[in-house]
Amino acid sequence: MWDIILERGSYWAIIGVMMIGLYIAFSAENLIKRLVGLSMFQTTICLFYVQLSNVANATAPILLPDDMPKGAYGAERVADLAHAYSNPLPHVLMLTAIVVGVATLSLGLALIVRINEAYATIEADEIRASDVEVQLAEDADAARTGGEVVI
Amino acid sequence: MKSDHHLILRVIAKCLLPLITIYAFYVQFHGEVSAGGAFQAGIVLAVTVILYALIFGLAEAMRAVPPWFARGLAALGVLVYGGVGVWAMVQGGQYLEYQALFNEPPGGHDGQHAGIILVELGVLFAVAGAMVSIFYALAGRVAEIRDEDW
Amino acid sequence: MSSEVMGEASLSIIGVLLLCLLFVMGVAIARLRNLFAIVILSGIYSLVCAAWYILVDAVDVGFTEAAVGAGMSTVVLLGAILLTSRTAKPERRLARLGPFAVCVAAGALLIYATADLPAVGDAGSPANAGVGLTYLKINWADTGVPNVVTSVLASYRGFDTLGETVVVFIAGLAVVLLLGFGERALGETLRKRKKEDETP
Repeated sequence: MWDIILERGSYWAIIGVMMIGLYIAFSAENLIKRLVGLSMFQTTICLFYVQLSNVANATAPILLPDDMPKGAYGAERVADLAHAYSNPLPHVLMLTAIVVGVATLSLGLALIVRINEAYATIEADEIRASDVEVQLAEDADAARTGGEVVI
Repeated sequence: MKSDHHLILRVIAKCLLPLITIYAFYVQFHGEVSAGGAFQAGIVLAVTVILYALIFGLAEAMRAVPPWFARGLAALGVLVYGGVGVWAMVQGGQYLEYQALFNEPPGGHDGQHAGIILVELGVLFAVAGAMVSIFYALAGRVAEIRDEDW
Repeated sequence: MSSEVMGEASLSIIGVLLLCLLFVMGVAIARLRNLFAIVILSGIYSLVCAAWYILVDAVDVGFTEAAVGAGMSTVVLLGAILLTSRTAKPERRLARLGPFAVCVAAGALLIYATADLPAVGDAGSPANAGVGLTYLKINWADTGVPNVVTSVLASYRGFDTLGETVVVFIAGLAVVLLLGFGERALGETLRKRKKEDETP
């Protein structure tokens, strides 16, 4: 029982946080809260990748002096490592994903700011209601002037 | 500056700003040997401008780092990155093949070091410029941050 | 039990505790309506994430998360709140049931699927024994850069990073095109200062 928790517990906790992020993104009507939920969801994907790249009893993937032989350039391309390191590849992918994440988050916020200027609200249901209202008013206008009503 | 009730904030920030800038460059140029790199350094560099804008006002920050400079920096960064790739092609290698920069035999590392430093410089410029532009765009939308909004 | 095994076990327990802290913060964010509190909590969430990254030996990722998540995205979110509104409308109770059911079902399925995942810290798992290990082995002979993350980022996967850089640049450009170059605030301040100079 204890072993299973040690082996899988991190995954379960990450999935729990992931589902909370998904829930916020689904249920929030406020657009900013929804974006916060989305960025939480995105962060948990990074957590999951980094958890997969972790190696027990290893260090960060920065080579220690034992693994950097002086003057041995080109002698042997594939060297044996004296120490264990974590897998660097997921680190690279997640590092860039985090930076791109903040860039796209600010793009989403810029869109929300423009939405707020156009609708004077950032609640999704109020925006939908306002859209329906405008459409109905336009239809009534078209019917009154004898124009074609497109349904 | 009518009421200067942010005096402590201003004095502390003035001491901190150069340190943060130096730290950003340390992270940038020490990234090959230790944790850190261009993405982090770019963000830290952008944060110095943001801190300056938050404490001394947006207009002051825009006078120190004009918006056109931030935009140009971002574009320059992408150009530097792409330019390294073209340089490698001119030398007869593949796009972004650093080994070809100085036409080294396998095992030579000068091309790799030069390529990585230049590419990281490009990333630094692009990230710092883009982040400062984003902050200017968002913060420049309001007329002014009032004191009760703090 | 040797001291090394004990140390590893206690580290993974600390990791799980930090993740539980994230879960609690997520629940708090889901229940809150004050947007300012939500944004500050999401900044703290990023800081705890960064601590967890350091714990699992991902120092570069932790550094990025601390700089980006806790610094940059908090500033950007605060700027957006300043321009829109400070509080969220209360959600309808019934409308929460659907998302809750979907999330519980998806979470249960994912937890069921973890039975097939390699154990945490398994050095022989397909993800860790493949190309990542090869990068570690050939890195010193190829590039002579001690930080493998940097060499993979800038050298082995230079194309990937070029794409990411272009994405960041384009996102910045799009924000600027949507919101203007910040001249509105600059003009306002300059006008005010001019008026102040003229009045006394």
